[in-house]
Amino acid sequence: MKTLEELMALRDAAKAKMTARDDSTAVTRVVVGMATCGIAAGARPVMNRFTEEIEKRGLTNVTVAQTGCIGMCQYEPIVEVTEPGKEKVTYVLMNPEKATKVVVDHLVNGNPVIDYTVGAIKK
Amino acid sequence: MRELSLNVLDVAQNSVTANAKEITIALTEDTALHTLQIRIEDNGKGMDAEQLSAVRDPFFTTRTTRKVGLGIPLFKMAAEMTGGNLSIESTVGVGTTVTAFFHTDHVDFVPIGDMANTIVTLMAMNPQINFRYRRVIDGREFSVDTETLLAVLGDVPLNEPSIMRWLTDYINENTQAITEVQA
Repeated sequence: MKTLEELMALRDAAKAKMTARDDSTAVTRVVVGMATCGIAAGARPVMNRFTEEIEKRGLTNVTVAQTGCIGMCQYEPIVEVTEPGKEKVTYVLMNPEKATKVVVDHLVNGNPVIDYTVGAIKK
Repeated sequence: MRELSLNVLDVAQNSVTANAKEITIALTEDTALHTLQIRIEDNGKGMDAEQLSAVRDPFFTTRTTRKVGLGIPLFKMAAEMTGGNLSIESTVGVGTTVTAFFHTDHVDFVPIGDMANTIVTLMAMNPQINFRYRRVIDGREFSVDTETLLAVLGDVPLNEPSIMRWLTDYINENTQAITEVQA
């Protein structure tokens, strides 16, 4: 069974990884809407997928955070991606599969997935 | 909501918004009596009598982006569907306690679901708040809190993916241990 002693070893490993990081790289923020509307629409599996994929691909310059309701509940789960120096991209009606595609196309390769954005939905 | 852990995640967000520094989430189960109590207690800013009477009303919310607030009404409904109930006590400047009571053998009882995920999400996203999680099953207890974890972690953040994964397993394994009756 997992114990707190194990956490100490894990801490040391994480610490070594953190110092290896280049602090000068600007950070990309992934923000998931987690109010009642978002949670009920399935925001938690979406957020989990982002965290998993980002770790799996070793994207150390990306952070995942959560926010409340932004007023477009019918389009939840909503995810906003903000890259330094670029305009915010708002993804709507997200699911774990779409999250993986956003990580690969947008976060890794720098091409936003236009089909999933709020702009594509409202047309 | 498909599982109670999502209601807990949602209702606990209210405590975060209320600027709580301490949030206690306690699930107490009695498998012989088929009862479950879920308590979410915070030391946030609290509510006055008027707000307190309005909070169960779906058409009351403090948010400005839309006019409905469904967090508490949905949680209350989940409890009442099983023949249980939900109560809220609150004092301005002291905090708020939400207590929901469930009959787990009722056909409309929604499963507890992935509590580990709820607790890890809350802890990792709000490291400035001390979350205390306590799970009691037939008197056997498991508890974990942010303060203890941060004391071990030092300057390594709780939202480090490897730490979050460990914490999820830690909660699941310990919950499993108190679920099974030792032979």
